[in-house]
Amino acid sequence: MIKHKESLIAGWGNYPAEVCNVYRPDRVRDITELIASGAQPHYISRGLGRSYGDTALNHGSGVLLHTEFARFVHFDEQTGILECEAGVSFEEIIEHFLPRGWFLPVTPGTKFVTVGGAIANDVHGKNHHVDGTFSQHVLDFKLLLASGEIVHCSREEQSDLFYATIGGVGLTGVILTARFRLIPVESAYLEVDYLKAKNLDHAFELFAQTNEKYQYSVAWIDCLSKGDNLGRSVLMLGNHAPASKVKTGGDPLRIKNKPKFNVPFNFPSFVLNRWSIRAFNFAYYNIHQNEKSKIVDYDSFFYPLDSVHNWNRAYGKKGFVQYQAVFPPETSRQGLTEMLKRLSQSGRSSFLAVLKSSGEQNGGLLSFPFKGYTLALDIPLHDDGLFPFLRELDELVAAHGGRIYLAKDSEASPATFANMYPDLAKFQAVKAAVDPNNVFSSSQARRLGIVEESR
Amino acid sequence: MKNVLILGATSGIAKALAYQFAGKKHNLLLAGRDVEEMKRIAQDIHIRHGVKVTVHPFDALDYDGHADFFTNCLETAGEIDGIVLAYGYLGDQRRAENEFAEARRVIETNYLSAVSVLNIAANYFESKKDGFLCVLSSVAGDRGRQSNFMYGSAKGGLSLYLQGLRNRLSKSGVHVLTVKPGFVDTKMTFGQSGMFLVAKPEQVAKAIDKMIQKRVDVAYTPFFWRYIMLIIKSVPERIFKRLSL
Repeated sequence: MIKHKESLIAGWGNYPAEVCNVYRPDRVRDITELIASGAQPHYISRGLGRSYGDTALNHGSGVLLHTEFARFVHFDEQTGILECEAGVSFEEIIEHFLPRGWFLPVTPGTKFVTVGGAIANDVHGKNHHVDGTFSQHVLDFKLLLASGEIVHCSREEQSDLFYATIGGVGLTGVILTARFRLIPVESAYLEVDYLKAKNLDHAFELFAQTNEKYQYSVAWIDCLSKGDNLGRSVLMLGNHAPASKVKTGGDPLRIKNKPKFNVPFNFPSFVLNRWSIRAFNFAYYNIHQNEKSKIVDYDSFFYPLDSVHNWNRAYGKKGFVQYQAVFPPETSRQGLTEMLKRLSQSGRSSFLAVLKSSGEQNGGLLSFPFKGYTLALDIPLHDDGLFPFLRELDELVAAHGGRIYLAKDSEASPATFANMYPDLAKFQAVKAAVDPNNVFSSSQARRLGIVEESR
Repeated sequence: MKNVLILGATSGIAKALAYQFAGKKHNLLLAGRDVEEMKRIAQDIHIRHGVKVTVHPFDALDYDGHADFFTNCLETAGEIDGIVLAYGYLGDQRRAENEFAEARRVIETNYLSAVSVLNIAANYFESKKDGFLCVLSSVAGDRGRQSNFMYGSAKGGLSLYLQGLRNRLSKSGVHVLTVKPGFVDTKMTFGQSGMFLVAKPEQVAKAIDKMIQKRVDVAYTPFFWRYIMLIIKSVPERIFKRLSL
């Protein structure tokens, strides 16, 4: 049987950090043998560790790394349908398929995520308002159950399991391989328009006016502005650029390698303080001007932070909390205004805050996005006072009919969570049928009461 | 573009080497026992790099089958430009001290079977007057230690065999490379205690590829193991025998 390493690991926010028993299987039978042996009470899959909180942690229990399950299985050049193992990263997909004219149908703000993680967290991107989440482009996947059985799940076959697994944060089983559609593109570039919004209402107006014209849209929002300026932001609106518009001289499907930076160690926690963050937000808003048809490479457009490796260390050893909430259209204005007000009153500042309009909800039982607006924030963890504050935010979000995102949560309470996810009971029923002993569980799942604490 | 045969293709270093070669557009012949696993690797390499990758069942201990195996590989590829021997069996030192079957398996896998298959390959390259043999030995073969001398003695024997083979083949222009890896982050070492200065397989593969280019004879990887082993080898035996290494 394969050996494990007892390691102190954390999510991307560096909070919380927990001692877990980490395994690195390289064949499916390693996993089935391990589960059958009962070596650990629970297991959870872990990809590249980019979920922020404790989604991929298992305190004192098993964590399955997917490093060795990162193989391409099949690619159909006609349809763009790619089959690969769950540990394949978005970075690798881009590296191998963009030069052939294919791109990811949906991507989050980092390419260092795995296919399995993208399904399990049902990730979304700047095109959610038109293309939905990543899972909506997934045709089917193979899931290893607690019993050792491997089942094929799609919208038609084992559909209950399919909808419980997309957004199901790894609790239904281990995703082994998946098939999904890539989209054809002519270039590795985007044609981008920048628009400045004076305040939140103006941003809503601009989103409403532009949503149909652009595949990708997002707003960087200055969350420290107050009064009439509350919610002032810079909208970034883009479409894939046709090859004819790319004037680099070389192959339009390739971009030049850019220098990579690294944050070699945790910065002292005073580096990102209220004043430096304020200065950054001020500068960010004022540097940008309304601009039309700028040609931007995919890396700068989709993954601005990926060029700085380990950027999370800038938040210091204590780490940070990423908070994302979605509000329905009717309450978006009120909910977001209230949220931004509380943030700026509390002096808790976010380095970068992102506002985005989201499209219709899909069938994923624990999938996050629904129609409305979503706001994502990074908040440095300077003191324990942050947690009561976040609970206040949770209540505010729930009171406005909104919800928070599992991939980013590290502090919510079971009651709030259940309140935000009305399909939780349905999810638990599907899980109970395939995994009655909670072989698959995580620190987060126990904290939120998604699975019952055993023993 | 070359055709490279990799024996023991599912081992950590072998896999990394396969990707390294495929990145340089070499075609690959993967040989080993786990055919399903090799097919999985072959498919992936083909999708990533577009090179030809074939899979060949190979059992190191089936000496009688080695000649047919080699002929079969030659028929598939037409020509073979280089061979990597990457399989090995660490075994259990304590068990090998008490059960001869375990000692035998360690010695046969690491030494005897290598002699059998390398003899065939050497004759082929000698008549062709071209090609390389890259064989993974071990730092454990540099000095006998109580913790792993069964494995170490077999690898030490292999290193000596390769020395002789290099001597024989130098006039034919055939390159024989002995690689002595230190600790590498593979399945064999994951979660094992007492590991230090652990190298990534990709890093080791890159270094080995460079040694093949430069026609190096004997190489430690990562390079600093040469100095670590130099120190270990220079301890006088009357002191060394009392150490618990």
